[in-house]
Amino acid sequence: MEEKIINIGPYHPLQEEPELFKLYCDGEIVKNIDWVTGYNHRGIERISESKTFDEVFFLVERVCGICSTSHPFAFANCIEEIGRIELPDRAKYIRSIIGELERIHSHLLWVGLAGHFLGYNTVFMWAWKYREPVLDLFEMITGNRNSYAMFRIGGNRRDIENDKIPRMRKVLDMIKRKTDLIKGAIMDDPVIHARTKGVGVIPKEAIIDYGALGPTARASGVDIDVRRDDPYAAYPLVDWKVIVEEEGDVFAKAKVRILEMYESISIIEQCLEGLKKEPEGTHYVPVKNIPAGVGMGHAEAPRGEVFHFAITDGSKSPIRHKIRAPSYQNIPTFKVSGVGQTISDTTIALAAVDPCYCCTERMGFAYDYKTGRKTLNGKDLIELSQRKTDEIRNKLNK
Amino acid sequence: MKELFYFLVYPGLAFAATVGGILSWFDRKVTAWVQFRKGPPFLQPLFDFLKLLLVKETIVPAKGSVYTFLLAPILSLFGASISAVLVLLPAFGINAGFSGDIIVIFYLMNIPPIAYILGAMASANPLASVGASREIKLIISYELTFILALGAIIYKAGMSLSLADIIAAQSGGVFAGSVSGILLLIALLFCAQAKLGLVPFDIAEAETEINHGSFIEYSGAPLALIYLTKYIMLFTLPAFIAVVLFGGLSVEGPQIIYSVLKVFGLVLLVTLIRNTNPRLKIKQAMRFFLLWMNLFVIIAFVLTLFGL
Repeated sequence: MEEKIINIGPYHPLQEEPELFKLYCDGEIVKNIDWVTGYNHRGIERISESKTFDEVFFLVERVCGICSTSHPFAFANCIEEIGRIELPDRAKYIRSIIGELERIHSHLLWVGLAGHFLGYNTVFMWAWKYREPVLDLFEMITGNRNSYAMFRIGGNRRDIENDKIPRMRKVLDMIKRKTDLIKGAIMDDPVIHARTKGVGVIPKEAIIDYGALGPTARASGVDIDVRRDDPYAAYPLVDWKVIVEEEGDVFAKAKVRILEMYESISIIEQCLEGLKKEPEGTHYVPVKNIPAGVGMGHAEAPRGEVFHFAITDGSKSPIRHKIRAPSYQNIPTFKVSGVGQTISDTTIALAAVDPCYCCTERMGFAYDYKTGRKTLNGKDLIELSQRKTDEIRNKLNK
Repeated sequence: MKELFYFLVYPGLAFAATVGGILSWFDRKVTAWVQFRKGPPFLQPLFDFLKLLLVKETIVPAKGSVYTFLLAPILSLFGASISAVLVLLPAFGINAGFSGDIIVIFYLMNIPPIAYILGAMASANPLASVGASREIKLIISYELTFILALGAIIYKAGMSLSLADIIAAQSGGVFAGSVSGILLLIALLFCAQAKLGLVPFDIAEAETEINHGSFIEYSGAPLALIYLTKYIMLFTLPAFIAVVLFGGLSVEGPQIIYSVLKVFGLVLLVTLIRNTNPRLKIKQAMRFFLLWMNLFVIIAFVLTLFGL
């Protein structure tokens, strides 16, 4: 039988971001998958080199709308490594609180989307409804529901005043109860078991070969977590454990994410206790300038390890800034999890790594359609777009 | 002339589509309540239909058979409205129908899915062809369950093939009141779910997998007709179940309240099933019907033979 191509993307109800998966199908069975990217290029690394260190935080926050604190987190770790800046404990606690709240809302978002991908829209609506209080909490402590603008070099922009702690605890208790509800609805539903158990299995060796990260790796029995392996912020100061599952299927990934939400709640509660001991107003140390040097920073985003690399020359902005997002490592595992399955299984397997395309795509190339050779590089593309802008401008001026 | 009135106005096309639209609103409103949302306004189904019919442009795929593609929605609408007429005439007691109408209804109810398959195949879209092949597999699976359940009902009604006789046989007590009747109700509800293409059996449309599958190429007026067909089927199938298991839908005097409750109750069940389940895979759906539901109906049949 002739193979036909099922396109998932560039705009498709499966994932609300532009991406293109080409499924080469024989009937319902997926024989091969191609991945086409480059719909979301914004040139953030280049822009970063023309901004001051303070401005870069606002920029990298916009790499991704959901992990909008993971990128600043990694960048802060990176620059603080160059400047050898030691944070006060209060600043560390506040950073961990923001990071873990983000993990809760991101995992809730994924649970909802996974429900939607399975056609279970009730889970979608419920999970997103319970995500709302987390965003409200963010608004209370940072002023923003998303893109919190909370970090700066040497600490945080805002303090979490001690009188806000009881209200935060109340919301956390509520989220914990709702997580119990969602856990019950997902872990005990026989139809969800039928749809997710044994589906999209990624073996441990494949995870290591592809270098997959975060919950995707932890669901396959690979015990990695930057928060523990290369400690930063307040994670060494509190007691928590890394959730690892062995099965590697979609259900294990869901389980890892749901159980991680409980860990996050526990981390936040311990951080709030820690905050009470530290005096208010010590949420940052003043930093005058950043010396020349090379720095690397990690942060465990909800999807895995975010990695930032920067070179500074003692001026007010980085001269090179490189970002690697976890989805870049995670998405290629579809070759293992998706090929050989039916279309229904492949779509949920693609979604199970919680791919984030705006994190991943910051690079554009043009290829010759026939030979497959590179014809235009980034510089040419920028020139092309500038020429186009000039043409439009001239047309408008006439 | 009378037949034309039956077909076009009451209880056919116009009436069934109106009630179906109201039921569709009810379904969406209940869904919204389940999901903590507000839900659409009462006239939303009408707005949807009119927007597609009058405002949106009709785009026809460049490759593929244009006539079949455009004819399929009309065919499905005809099938749905004729089956609505044949179900509702005896149900409302307007007309006794004819002996053997249950067989005709069984075939007519298959016309909309078959028309969808035709339209999907004619649209020359790979996603639509996946949807069509899934629809074919689904029909093969649920029809056996459906006809076995009808067989049990016909046996209960004293081997009569006429809906009017089946209603008359329930004057002493509705079939759904017995053990076998409840089993048959469950089987018929799942079949209705599959015929209506709702979760967990919306496999042929599967929005997040194959992007509305069979209907992907439809837009504008043809899509409006498909919506209309779906509205009519959303009324016809619960009405049919109400006739064969709940003793018909009498419209005389206060009886009308019971009839309304029956239809809305059945739609409520369908809505709740669709909101508390994820979508099945086609293989699982086939297994569900061919193995479990058939077993279920055969048990119901055996119970019927013992008069339970």
